[in-house]
Amino acid sequence: MRYLFTLGIVWLFAGLCSAASIPQAPQREEEVQAASNTLGNYGGSLVVAQRSEPKTLNPVIAADAPSREVIGRMMADLIHINRASQHTEPALAKSWTVSKDGRVFTLKLRRGVRFSDGQPFTADDVVFSFQVYLDDKTHSPQRDLLVIGGKPITVQKLDDETVRCTLAQPYAAAERIFDSVAILPRHLLEKPYRDGTFAQAWTLATPPAQIAGLGPFRLKEYTPGQRLVLERNPYYWKVDRTKRRLPYLDQLVFLFLGNEDAQVLRFQSGDTDLVNRVGADNYSLLSKDASTRGYQLFDLGPSLEYNFLVFNLNDLQSKNLSKIATKQPWFNDVRFRQAISLAVDREAIVKLIYAGRGAALWGNVSPSNKYWIDTSIPHPPRSIDKAKELLKSAGFSWLGDRLMDPHGQLVEFSIITSSSNAQRSKMATIIQDDLNKLGMDVHIVPLEFRAMLDRVFQTYDYEVAIMGLGGGDADPTPEMNVWLSNGGTHLWHLGEYKPATAWESQLDQLMQKQMLELNYKRRKRLYDQAQEIISSNVPFVFLATPDILVAAKKNVANFQPAILEPTALWDVEELYLRPVPPASAGSHR
Amino acid sequence: MLKNRKLVAACFLLIMLHLVFMLGSFVAPYGPSAQNRDFPFVPPSAIHFMDATGHFHLRPFVYQWSPRPDSLREYDESHTQLYPIHLFVEGDAYSIGGISLRTHLFGVAPEAQIFLAGTDGFGRDQFSRIVAGGRLSIATGLLATMVSLALGLLIGIVSGFYGGWIDESAMRFAELFLVLPWLYVLLAVRSFLPLHITPTQAFLLLVLVIGTIGWARPARLIRGIVLGAKSRKYVLASRGFGASDWHILVRHILPHTYGVLLTQAALLVPQYILAEVTLSFFGLGLGEPEPSWGNLLANLQHYNVLVSYWWMCAPALPLILVSLGYLRVADVIQERVQSASI
Repeated sequence: MRYLFTLGIVWLFAGLCSAASIPQAPQREEEVQAASNTLGNYGGSLVVAQRSEPKTLNPVIAADAPSREVIGRMMADLIHINRASQHTEPALAKSWTVSKDGRVFTLKLRRGVRFSDGQPFTADDVVFSFQVYLDDKTHSPQRDLLVIGGKPITVQKLDDETVRCTLAQPYAAAERIFDSVAILPRHLLEKPYRDGTFAQAWTLATPPAQIAGLGPFRLKEYTPGQRLVLERNPYYWKVDRTKRRLPYLDQLVFLFLGNEDAQVLRFQSGDTDLVNRVGADNYSLLSKDASTRGYQLFDLGPSLEYNFLVFNLNDLQSKNLSKIATKQPWFNDVRFRQAISLAVDREAIVKLIYAGRGAALWGNVSPSNKYWIDTSIPHPPRSIDKAKELLKSAGFSWLGDRLMDPHGQLVEFSIITSSSNAQRSKMATIIQDDLNKLGMDVHIVPLEFRAMLDRVFQTYDYEVAIMGLGGGDADPTPEMNVWLSNGGTHLWHLGEYKPATAWESQLDQLMQKQMLELNYKRRKRLYDQAQEIISSNVPFVFLATPDILVAAKKNVANFQPAILEPTALWDVEELYLRPVPPASAGSHR
Repeated sequence: MLKNRKLVAACFLLIMLHLVFMLGSFVAPYGPSAQNRDFPFVPPSAIHFMDATGHFHLRPFVYQWSPRPDSLREYDESHTQLYPIHLFVEGDAYSIGGISLRTHLFGVAPEAQIFLAGTDGFGRDQFSRIVAGGRLSIATGLLATMVSLALGLLIGIVSGFYGGWIDESAMRFAELFLVLPWLYVLLAVRSFLPLHITPTQAFLLLVLVIGTIGWARPARLIRGIVLGAKSRKYVLASRGFGASDWHILVRHILPHTYGVLLTQAALLVPQYILAEVTLSFFGLGLGEPEPSWGNLLANLQHYNVLVSYWWMCAPALPLILVSLGYLRVADVIQERVQSASI
């Protein structure tokens, strides 16, 4: 409690004497980038809740969301995806040129930029960073994105301010792969890298002085189990319209609060300034007292992720799973999958689970993704009768009201879901009821998340699963892994050496082609065809996607959350805190 | 006399509650998993005698809830039509003991609904779910108690009667079970068991897991009684006449244990009902859509449900009543056994 109180004091105090800490104005030779937002005032600290502690502060090996959220504020990339416009924009590279064949990128680096410890940034740091990311031994989860056409991208220093990146083949989304590749300080990390101790570098125990980046903030302190404090990077390379150096905030504080309910409670009590993603139920709870307590709430529309049912079509011959194998002929029949898709009440899912704040899905591309969605994909309305007709045409019949397959076996299967994801468990309950109307006997088996992933990816010991994918980027490229028949998340049939069906091989070709196509219109046409194949063959029964909902205190200004991750903090350097009149500041406590 | 009245009152309450839960499908107006997807989180239907125009009706009635136009989870009573509550109405089919029936104790015209305890997030009638869940929770408690007492009786008698190393090892083993933090053991044991099972299997597993963990206390009590009884003079005399172990056990020793068995039963049943509720609360009991009190209460784990929909706490009420009833019965039996043995 005392700690909460102190926190409040710190926050108030920082707000009151904001004039005390103004960063140094940019030097003449420094090539800064100017932001266009409303002018803010300096000072204050923004307190943000996180589900759990980051596991590491090493940008190359970080795989979990909390780590990436923190690290992302401390690091910068060469070319950045603007989360609001979803287009690429210059970051540490102030400009770049592309060769005619689309394979060679020549990037001009910003001059005079310094790391958060004051050391200058040069092309050597860029070369070093890519070397580390691409090294097999560092096991970076981002490495796959930098391997194009089977060959890692090569990065060459031309002079101190120029690097050349060469791709093995033309690549439609080439500029986007630079996003989130953190440029590392060679002067700090080269030694651990050469010594082979890179995986142990930059843990949570590392002293702040030994960690430096090019992002708007740098590490100040970390209290295990409680919080992590970032402070302003005094050398940051972005300025506002009046050439004042960003960020406006003195500090960015992450509190580790556990689940969403705890985050909402602490937000309501005034301990945190924003909640990054709220569930629909808590959102309506907050909207009830939004005006009296002074919250700003954002419903940004459907997210880019998609939730779906996936049927186990894996090759089970080598496994001892004969019981599941007897059900595979059903799952393999496209009419069976279509019937299930017809019977699922997507409107009810949106209404009952997302409280209306979400969108029903019939394909893998969210309606928010205006640039890439194929709007001609049919949205057949829910119809139990049509579903029954389809099942009948596939040779199924009914014994009483129970469904029987052509061999006289009753149709009964279980759906596994992650027990930690309440929304997907609820979807399972709705689907269970819907499929019961078709005469299918469905059991729901909630599993611990890892146990579930193990069944889906390793043992194949499941029949049907509810999962979610996507949400990373609006571009089709991250989807390659899902739809290519040899992709790592080709969930319904993993480890296919060659496509098992004609439509899968067609899908393979389309996905490969769109990746090489540099012209947007032609690329869109190819991806449209891919979406049509996906939606008519129903490898996944697409269900729904939740809206992205964000809540913040009213005095958080320049706040423009985006549907791309990191939803709320992507432009944290431009956020500032409007001074709160003393009376209302008191009411927070 | 006063004690008698207390006992009668407690027994009457328990019998009534058990009847309600055993005849669940008849008492409940709807099936426990029937979803009304247009009515998530509807508050309990108010039972009226007075209509909106101020007229009095002898037969109680309800108004239908209608969602407020601009919101999803808020409802108003629509006063356009009233729906009188009737007894013995035809509704969803169900079966009790293999007989298929359609008659429900009470209900309203089929175009409207009566939600005595509101609905949950899927628009399922809470009252029907509480009744159906009670059947499951109480059945678990009763069956698990039987398992525990059977095990306890067997081990207690064997170890008290034969003594020696059997006694030593059985009692050390019992002590081991007594010091175990049973809640965590339950959680651990349940999570080791296969999750991919039918509801009936899940139910039997639940009974077995809960039942086997609690045998130690009754076993120790019974052992003590057997130890005391076996050195009584009439037992020695009977042995002197050449009676078999079996005869002595059944005729002379077993009757001494009845009092303890009854008290233990009355204590264990509510404890085991709670154990089931706890396991289901943590998602380790029966899965959806099967209701149990634990499953129903698990909804309250969500902050917004807890603060927005008070009727979701309703399953706690019968749980408290049943527990109090059993504990009262246990008290009275305990007193009687003690006064009888003095």
